[in-house]
Amino acid sequence: MNAAVLSDPARRAGFPHLVSMGLSGVLVRFSDRMDDAANRAALAFRAAVDGERWEGVEESATSLGSVFLRFDPCLTDHRVLAERLEGLLTRRDWYAEGLPAGRRLWRIPALFGGPEAPQLHEAAALAGLSPDAAVAELTARPVRVLTIGFAPGLPYMGPLPAHWDIPRQTALTPILPAGAVVVAVRQVIIFPTATPTGWRHVGQTGFRGFQPDAATPFPLRAGDEVLFEPVSVEELHRLRNEDPNGGGARSEALQ
Amino acid sequence: MSGTLIVRNAGPGVSVQDTGRPGWLAQGLSRGGAADLLALAEGAALLRQPPDCAALEMAGIGGTFEAEGDLIIALTGAPMRATLGGAPIVWNASHALRAGQRLVIGAAEAGVYGYLHVAGGLATPLHMKSRAAHLTAGIGAPVAVGERLPVGPTLKGARPGLLLDAADRFRGGTVRIVPSAQTGLFAPEDRERFAATGFVRDTRGNRQGVRLVHDGAPFAATGQLNILSEIIVPGDIQMTGDGTPYVLLPECQTMGGYPRIGTVVPDDLPIVAQAAPGTRLQFRFVGLDEALADYRQRRKGEAARLAAAIRPLVRDPAGMADLLSHQLIGGVTAGNDLDEEEKTCPARWI
Repeated sequence: MNAAVLSDPARRAGFPHLVSMGLSGVLVRFSDRMDDAANRAALAFRAAVDGERWEGVEESATSLGSVFLRFDPCLTDHRVLAERLEGLLTRRDWYAEGLPAGRRLWRIPALFGGPEAPQLHEAAALAGLSPDAAVAELTARPVRVLTIGFAPGLPYMGPLPAHWDIPRQTALTPILPAGAVVVAVRQVIIFPTATPTGWRHVGQTGFRGFQPDAATPFPLRAGDEVLFEPVSVEELHRLRNEDPNGGGARSEALQ
Repeated sequence: MSGTLIVRNAGPGVSVQDTGRPGWLAQGLSRGGAADLLALAEGAALLRQPPDCAALEMAGIGGTFEAEGDLIIALTGAPMRATLGGAPIVWNASHALRAGQRLVIGAAEAGVYGYLHVAGGLATPLHMKSRAAHLTAGIGAPVAVGERLPVGPTLKGARPGLLLDAADRFRGGTVRIVPSAQTGLFAPEDRERFAATGFVRDTRGNRQGVRLVHDGAPFAATGQLNILSEIIVPGDIQMTGDGTPYVLLPECQTMGGYPRIGTVVPDDLPIVAQAAPGTRLQFRFVGLDEALADYRQRRKGEAARLAAAIRPLVRDPAGMADLLSHQLIGGVTAGNDLDEEEKTCPARWI
């Protein structure tokens, strides 16, 4: 299945397009690079697909610039879904869609650099910045939650300015702690659980993006904004003790 | 009748598993569940209960278990040395585990994941609608020594002394893969080389995925360090930055930016999960249509095929275990006479 549906071929040659993923998945790709309009398109298109309630579709999810559908291959298949998806794609200019309703601004205290966030210097150098300038950029304005994934409740946030388009490491760091702030490819992440990664560890928070036993296991939603508030190591430890799940994070409605 | 399974001793990778927790992909939680879903289904078939009953998954080595109340158990997946009250018992079979009896399960003789099922299913608490421990997500944990695992009501029809002829998927071999979202980023000659390469399952591997090693050049995709992160599914074969493939398993990440050369078809994924370190694996690209047709064909007769693979454990003069089972078939405790509970699992069968 390689059918390409072009809602605006002059602007986005080849996008959006559909690709199969294994026996039970199909991907609607709005972009193959960091692109704000494609991210908004993915969020809006997923909501539209969910509204269609097609037979055999078992769940959907967005990534930064794509929508994934998982289906039961005994009930439907790639061809049937491709036809339906193409029909839905031509219905609107998905790239012109706005951000979802109900967004919030989160203020999350974070420590940058030092032994608890040892790769600040390395990441700053790759971005062509001094460590202080890097921290200033990371804390000056909010970053948006572009999607949730990789690990439960893990927010991919951004986009950071273009000079933050730094590659992942070629080797995996065996384990980083929960609450770690990492950067790569114009994005920033807060790890909800301890995890191995190829991203660089520049900050540390006490925030848990996955709280399995809480009424709301996943506090962040795609579209939310996150503002990092720089704190000292002592302050971070105090916040973690007082608020083991949130690390001092607060949220307010964005309108 | 219901009882308790007491953990007297356990290897480090023994955890409660069922068919997992689908539906949280948008929140970043992979399905999880048994690494070898076929073994889960085989155990359910042996005990004549629904296939989503929770069982104990044992990675590499089992443990010592004791019944509180009479239980009927089944053993499936990677064959492990097992004794009941000191006498060896047959794998891929159902057995009676009487109150106070000790079941000792040792190391895997082939494969990785063995399963200990109980009639009625393990009735441990549900977390987000599943009993499966998701170790990488921090849901649940491996079972601990002294833990008491509640067992659901024994279902009508469960009986000891049955044997299942299981497909041998514990020694590696050739695994079918279909193209995936990033297959096209690999040059045609690299895809050909991938399919022609003999891989060996590395020592690094767990329920998240297994690393493969090979002789020869690493596998790289165009622009692979700057690929936009996209959704990942179990079975995907991901190339990390050093060009080494990982085959992703039920506890895999849900999204990632390392390129994926293909996806193992679901029916062949147990071969990868069950490949112990050092096992040889090779991959063969098949078309989507061919793979889909085969998948549907297998689903059609699945329950009947498993049921047809079950037969009574026959008397085998070589083993006390079989004598024991033979006697049990004779009617000491035929599962038929047990409770009249509705034929459901305590899980989420409804």
